Amino acid sequence: MRRLLERDLTRQIDILDEKSAPRIIHSGEDILVEHLPAGTRVIYPNPPMRPLANPRAAIRYALNHPIDSDPLHALLRPGMKLTIAMDDISLPLPMMKTPDIRQLMLEAVLEMAADYGVDDIELIIAVSLHRHMHDFEVKRMVGEKIFNAYWPDKLYNHDAEDRENIVSLGFTEHPDPSIASDGRSEPGGEEVPHRREEVALNRRAVESDLLVYLNINLVPMDGGNKSVSVGLASYESVRAHHNSATMVKCHSYMDPKSSALADSVDRMGKLTLSALKIFQVETCLNNDYFGDSPLAFLGKREDELTRLERAALDATVWSLKKMPREAKRRMFHAMPANYGLVAVNAGETNAVHQRTLDVNFGQYNVQVKGQADVLVCGVPFISPYNANSILNPILVQVMGLGYFFNMYRGKPLLKKGGVLILTHPMPDAFNATHHPSYIEFFHRLLPETTDSATLEKRYEEEFARNPTYIEMYRHGNAYHPVHPFYMWYWGEAGRQHVGKVIAVGTDDDFVPRTLGWASAPDLTTALDMAKDFTSPNPQITMMHHPPIVIAEME
Amino acid sequence: MGKIAAFFDVDGTLVKTNVIHAYAYYAVNLPSLSDRFTRALRLAAALPFYGLAEAVNRKTFNDLFYKNYEGISEDRLIALGEELFDNVIRRSIFPKMKELVARGREQGIHQVIVTGALDFSMAPLARYLGVDHMQANQLEYRDGFATGTVRHPLLAGPTKAHWIVKYAKEHDLALDRSFAYADSYSDYPMLSLVGRPCAVGPDRQLRAAAKAFDWPVLEMD
Repeated sequence: MRRLLERDLTRQIDILDEKSAPRIIHSGEDILVEHLPAGTRVIYPNPPMRPLANPRAAIRYALNHPIDSDPLHALLRPGMKLTIAMDDISLPLPMMKTPDIRQLMLEAVLEMAADYGVDDIELIIAVSLHRHMHDFEVKRMVGEKIFNAYWPDKLYNHDAEDRENIVSLGFTEHPDPSIASDGRSEPGGEEVPHRREEVALNRRAVESDLLVYLNINLVPMDGGNKSVSVGLASYESVRAHHNSATMVKCHSYMDPKSSALADSVDRMGKLTLSALKIFQVETCLNNDYFGDSPLAFLGKREDELTRLERAALDATVWSLKKMPREAKRRMFHAMPANYGLVAVNAGETNAVHQRTLDVNFGQYNVQVKGQADVLVCGVPFISPYNANSILNPILVQVMGLGYFFNMYRGKPLLKKGGVLILTHPMPDAFNATHHPSYIEFFHRLLPETTDSATLEKRYEEEFARNPTYIEMYRHGNAYHPVHPFYMWYWGEAGRQHVGKVIAVGTDDDFVPRTLGWASAPDLTTALDMAKDFTSPNPQITMMHHPPIVIAEME
Repeated sequence: MGKIAAFFDVDGTLVKTNVIHAYAYYAVNLPSLSDRFTRALRLAAALPFYGLAEAVNRKTFNDLFYKNYEGISEDRLIALGEELFDNVIRRSIFPKMKELVARGREQGIHQVIVTGALDFSMAPLARYLGVDHMQANQLEYRDGFATGTVRHPLLAGPTKAHWIVKYAKEHDLALDRSFAYADSYSDYPMLSLVGRPCAVGPDRQLRAAAKAFDWPVLEMD
């Protein structure tokens, strides 16, 4: 709490006037510098919390002083079966500078396990239905020494389709018939059958004497029961909550108390905790993306930029315009963020997670009064699902309607029926290695319907069983075939709330049209168009992402 | 709405071996030592020529290559086909593809092998994988001995595609929702017929085509 109080949290909102400097807005691999109308409200992220001086010591302290649990060393004994699971490359984003915090946690846990004579150790990357990490990515994440000692036999990606290595723990006591009658995401949409909550998890994790989970809690929807009950689950288990009926009842994902998804995961987590001995280690990072890098000016207020910084900004914008998109993409993905560790807690999952959430909210929440008619968000080059890859149209959609729209607690920052303006070029481009089923989803299914429940009922099963896609998920580096469906469901609550989405600066209007969006060549045109859907003098708000900011609505 | 099918090439797609490996097995397993020696020598001498022929046209390659079987008895070929499978092909099946075929079978996908290899060498593989149908090339026989001529139309490249269209009509298969798997650009016609083509450990040309059309690529390494 002291770290919170040391920061100036009083001025995260600027109201622009005629003299205000143009604002920096991300647009894929480009940066826009745009004048916004006087009266526009710009919400900035809180300053970074001060990082812990000695992360290694903090981790050791947490392992030795856990919450509602014996210390880790007291849970270790010779001859036991120990499994260590960890978050995958979707966290954090952008990737953090090395050593990755997972490496530090692993080193501490493995050293302690060795001291206590534990030999039977396996390390599992809890990818759930995400793509399997490439070997070079794993090496970067865990460090060369651990990689060389364990990869690939004792350090590997979880496989949600490996039937022989999935064990069912049973079903939660949640019949909830209301979901069945509720499973229509819009009038005229198709009703989907209610799915019971089966907890089916990785066999090695289930059959271990102790499961240690190493988490990075970038945003409040991460961690807690989700770590094991989703990260190490089968497809059948994940679809119990990753479905159109549940996800449309999340207001928002960033507020676990108001999220049907979090409720479902907690019910399943309860069952998991009754069957498995879990020692949860959760970490929180601050939001210091840029540190003292050459792009540090991107983290400053535009009105406070020095002449030199403004010149650097202009040069960066100019250079990016001249560079091929692929080159820019590679450059940005290779730039790690400067995150600092601000909290590490260990012990009983729910107790640990409550402390984690307090820190997350402290870092990200900004008090905001009054909803907006028009919300402007710059969509950057990255999402949780395209590390070292392309932010394809479905992922732009999930960034806009799934993430940015949901960055609120209380009530949405955008009024019901308001206009969401997103800046991104939205090329019709996909990474066929990472996102093969996205291509079919976008080109074959979306032209037919954009209704989540209809897509779920008609096509999810067909994709889920596609032998090619399953093979690419299991033995290649592809997302599970149903992942584009989940990205679409993820945006459904936003889609139903927002009156119109306008994409700015798109390569053409084919992609936004396929998503059901309008497009505009520039921000000024988009703001003019927005008046047709709202009022002649709309309240315009811009969320100054990145870094992450969550609107705590009064 | 028709049934979903999956069409599989064999050489380089389901298994690592190819027709040359198969013939080499036959050549060195003939009963007569002199015959065995002559055929093996002939095969070795002709290998560069076959390489050239395949680079130009897969159909030409197959036509030329199957001359090697001239004079071998049908009974012997069938028996050796079983041995070939036990000793060579079974261990050359790509595990990922075996799993893929098994998943498809569980899901009720109608599975078909379509190969330019010869029927007697492929029959055990088709049985082993449990596919619904196997379509392969067949030698002509006179008095129980192979003439070295393949029955026409020879199944390769475009003729595989023609055969699939005909077969799909006869069996009420929905090609737009069906799968096809192949490793070579020579099978581009077959891949382009279906709604869900997949390049398996593709050669350079097929990899380029897959990239251009955003087709899935399965790596077999």
